[in-house]
Amino acid sequence: MLTTKGKAPIVSRQMLVFFAILLSYPLWADAAGLYEYLGIEIVIFIIYALGFNLLLGYTGLPSFGHGAYFGVGAYGYGLAQLYLDAGFIPGLLLAMLAGTVASGLVALFLSHRRGIYFALMTIAFGQVFWFLAIKLRGLTGGEDGLLNIFRPDIDFGLFQISLKSNFAFYYAVALIAVLVTLLLWRLVHSPFGMAIQAVRMNETRARFVGYQVWWIKWTVFTLSGAIAGLAGGLLNVAQESAFPDTMSLHASGLIVMMVLIGGGFVSFWGPVVGVIVYYLARDLLGSITEAWLLWYGLLFMAVMMFSPEGFAGGWGKLVAWVRRRKQGEVLMGGAQND
Amino acid sequence: MTESPPLFVAEHLHKRFGDQVVLEDINLSFNAGSISGIMGPNGAGKSTCFNVLTGMYRPDGGSVFFDGEDVTGLAPERIVEKGISRSFQIMNLFDEFTALENIMVATNRVRHGLHRPFWDIRADSEISHKAAEVLAMVGLTGLENSLASDMSYGQRRALEIAVSLATEPRIVFLDEPTQGLGADGRANLADLIGTLQEKFTLVIIEHDMQFLFRLANRISVIHWGQIIAEGTPDELKANEWVRTSELGKMTTC
Repeated sequence: MLTTKGKAPIVSRQMLVFFAILLSYPLWADAAGLYEYLGIEIVIFIIYALGFNLLLGYTGLPSFGHGAYFGVGAYGYGLAQLYLDAGFIPGLLLAMLAGTVASGLVALFLSHRRGIYFALMTIAFGQVFWFLAIKLRGLTGGEDGLLNIFRPDIDFGLFQISLKSNFAFYYAVALIAVLVTLLLWRLVHSPFGMAIQAVRMNETRARFVGYQVWWIKWTVFTLSGAIAGLAGGLLNVAQESAFPDTMSLHASGLIVMMVLIGGGFVSFWGPVVGVIVYYLARDLLGSITEAWLLWYGLLFMAVMMFSPEGFAGGWGKLVAWVRRRKQGEVLMGGAQND
Repeated sequence: MTESPPLFVAEHLHKRFGDQVVLEDINLSFNAGSISGIMGPNGAGKSTCFNVLTGMYRPDGGSVFFDGEDVTGLAPERIVEKGISRSFQIMNLFDEFTALENIMVATNRVRHGLHRPFWDIRADSEISHKAAEVLAMVGLTGLENSLASDMSYGQRRALEIAVSLATEPRIVFLDEPTQGLGADGRANLADLIGTLQEKFTLVIIEHDMQFLFRLANRISVIHWGQIIAEGTPDELKANEWVRTSELGKMTTC
């Protein structure tokens, strides 16, 4: 299971590799048969999945309605542009605020629950938000969604950066992803990170060594909702619109699948792997067959059956096996030399 | 010289689950620096009594005082802040943490440092040193980096006690600490409890009467949710009711 071990550097080696791939993507995407907009989607969902894994992988709280906060962020950003002409950065801050408020309110009801009751209530609340997004037509545009939210420029006072091109917007999203990664990495290696893992391992014991477990659960859920809101706001910028589909049970299930298939339960980087696998499956399998989701589902089932800890877990086992084998060879060599 | 008041007092405690009365007019007091025992047959209400005293259940009536302060019905996390901790009959550990991490996460410094994102606990030699001292107290030196889930049953029992000591309590409640231990394990645990008495006030629920009679200064016997006898081990051995009950047979074997 997911436990932070040993001293945690501010920037780890894996993180440097991730940042290098992230920041160089537009340079090689074309040659690899990929494209910039795919990169934007992947990075947005990486932000979403990393925040979601704080809840699922680290704290052990399964939310099957997290699409609600993602969607609330998307609508929050859109409404901020339509009614307040808020601009890029204030719009994203408002998207985060919308995700924070929505998830914070829901967490008040959830943080005293656990197990199946917690999971079912996340679904119920998720459905409430989805239903509201469809029914509040005056505010959300109903099933048609919130349209015509054009990408603004980033205004730095002395100069402006246009986000009209996918290249520029990709880098804006990638920089936000770097910040979110650094923040979450630090958080899971801090005393708070240790406490949330303790809550996952044994809620009763955590209470009896003095942790206010409901407050910890509330904080993690709200923080995760805030990051989902931020990611939702970015998706709105990417799509120049917001749709209720992002809040559906199906969409909420997808983020759970991405985190699980990647190995969110055993690695900080599991969600990153899971998002990449999903989008590559969508594009590569999707170019072959319309039934790509069926094949992705089968892939998910196979991974859960043969490597329940996802790709990251499988990779970890492989590395451990290679190490054992090497050690065995060294010992055998030593014995032969003796 | 006047005798100092008891550290922990429970007065007229009542607890019921639905129609079932589990505790009825329970009065207990534990003196600072003593080892107190609570014994009784299965289903007598011992564990419920412990759960009420340590905040897991709110009593339906009565009061609990710790060092003169009313702590009745406080949540476990607030009870711990007051200096009261407990171990469990069924072990409650952080299984994926090492023994050292189990202690670290239970310390007051870590608990009060949740707002410090740049504090790397595992790199903090002071807190590691303190946690290692707690492990040494229960004889787990050398196992600091063992995962709790990989430890033997006896070691896990000791770790369970160590985790409850890590919160720097003044009084520690131990719920059937000999559960599942063999003769050697019980002997080691008795030695450990003897050494802990120098630093903590201890209250033990125990089935093993010999174990309790050997260690406790004072014992309360609970049956049918009531205190039916109280006294020193010698007084209890002479108690008519205890002698003629199943408990009495256990004390003489």
